[in-house]
Amino acid sequence: MTTSKTAVIPPHPVSALDYMPQTELKRLQLHRLQAVVKRTWERVPLFRTRLNERGLAPEDIQSLSDAAKLPFTVKTDLRDTYPFGLFASPMEDVVRLHASSGTTGKPIVVAYTQADLDTWAGIMARAMACCGLHKGDILQNCFGYGLFTGGLGYHYGAERLGATVIPISGGNTDRQIMILSDFGATAICCTPTYLLHLIDRAESLGVDLRKLRLRFGMFGAEPWTESMRRRMEAATGIKAYDLYGLSEIIGPGVSVECYCQDGLHILDDHFYAEIIDPESGEVLPEEAEGELVITTLSKEAFPMIRYRTRDITALMSGPCPCGRTLSRMRRVYRRSDDMLIIRGVNVFPSQVESVLLDMEGTLPHYQIILTREHGLDQMDVQVEVTAQMFSDSVRAIEALRERLANAMERVLQVRVRITLVEPRTIQRSEGKAKRVFDRRSL
Amino acid sequence: MKITQLCIFAENKPGHMMAPCRLLAEAGLNIRALLLADTQRFGIMRLIVSDWQKAVKVLEAGGFVVKTMDVLAVEVPDQPGGLAIVLAALENTAINIEYMYAFPFGRQGKAVLIFRFDDTDAAMQRLRSAGINLIGGEEL
Repeated sequence: MTTSKTAVIPPHPVSALDYMPQTELKRLQLHRLQAVVKRTWERVPLFRTRLNERGLAPEDIQSLSDAAKLPFTVKTDLRDTYPFGLFASPMEDVVRLHASSGTTGKPIVVAYTQADLDTWAGIMARAMACCGLHKGDILQNCFGYGLFTGGLGYHYGAERLGATVIPISGGNTDRQIMILSDFGATAICCTPTYLLHLIDRAESLGVDLRKLRLRFGMFGAEPWTESMRRRMEAATGIKAYDLYGLSEIIGPGVSVECYCQDGLHILDDHFYAEIIDPESGEVLPEEAEGELVITTLSKEAFPMIRYRTRDITALMSGPCPCGRTLSRMRRVYRRSDDMLIIRGVNVFPSQVESVLLDMEGTLPHYQIILTREHGLDQMDVQVEVTAQMFSDSVRAIEALRERLANAMERVLQVRVRITLVEPRTIQRSEGKAKRVFDRRSL
Repeated sequence: MKITQLCIFAENKPGHMMAPCRLLAEAGLNIRALLLADTQRFGIMRLIVSDWQKAVKVLEAGGFVVKTMDVLAVEVPDQPGGLAIVLAALENTAINIEYMYAFPFGRQGKAVLIFRFDDTDAAMQRLRSAGINLIGGEEL
């Protein structure tokens, strides 16, 4: 913790809401919780049915702790209602769609009204102001622009603050480094692994990132650790801040670190956070580690009631030295399901399985191996050769491997390296097979 | 006359040829010809053995993925231009050679080449009508 930096960053006007008195904040949360429960009950059949089954009505929410009575929403609900079944606004009011990985071949789709986009831009403006972004900064936005919420989420937030955005999107690392240096970017945002890759590449190009104007960066879309932060900061001379979010809730902007770098401030006026025991579903007290559950308090088109994020964290007690009254959560470094995050993309082993099944008709033995090469995540899928796929022609086997790799990329949205291995070489386990070997050193 | 060739999938790693060869040796099966196709990641062993039915049983019991396919054993004069005679017979046809390798034992100035064609029957007909001698499995 470096309190010496306090004086360097004066509070930004958009940050005023971060310092709201707790009692007022709680009152606002309850008011908004009641409104969103009513809206969702009126407009989303799945939620209405679930409340009815429990004999609950929106009026039963009389205090914030009453939220615990509400049913959870889980990722498979999004799959089961694919694509638009959970929307709470008519399609003509929806002005933007984003999507992220589902657990099988189909993505999950999220929606925004114009008011939602304004809310989101405001949230991201506050989140980035919390990291010190202001008018006069030049932000190189290396998050992907497109269906992924990262690129556009940061983009509109930074513009709202009056900062200059370089909408470079992901990839083409050499060009990223040139522009970083030539345009004099003062801030950067990307996945932490992409920054590590950038560092690696800059080194081989003989570019010293510490000599650039870059002051700080905002990183997210995948779990990262303190040791990664130390490496990132040492190699670039910047401050590296964690900015958390997920598409199902809004995209980036759910919580963010301040200069103290000790826990992420949740934007409580927009998101009601609970920590639950992932087994029993019981709400846990502050400081207890469990699964993060979020209810959106201000969204129109895609309200989420008690969404189980599967991210494991804890709510922190006590005030933050920065003076914000917002609650804090610890950094997320693991999940309660088998979701993998590869280069910022969510990947489920079940997606790999569905591709193999589709292509082969039967499920061959396979395993997933994750490594990190030059700072970039690499996903290898080893598949045992079956008589069905084997042929005496190298061309035919290479073509099969290519077809598998392409099908994987279509479904997973990340490039996968397929290796065919001899039969019976992948270890069999009794009971639940261990399919995933994560050898990335985080 | 078609000959049955076995193919075995092998990873391209040191020692991976050993296991199938040992299984065949233990079963008293002789490898008459062998071609190893390799890529960066995997290899395919193509074998002609003395008793292919037995070899398939032994290898499959040993956990290997085995495929069988027909190839042709073509006898050519063991002199410059020997292979050209075969290729000339196939000129102007749509028949494609997938791969070929030499059989290590010839007789009196003759060499034997193993061909895998994309259309074995068409190739067989063509070569025969060009007067080229095809050798049967027994003979090999």
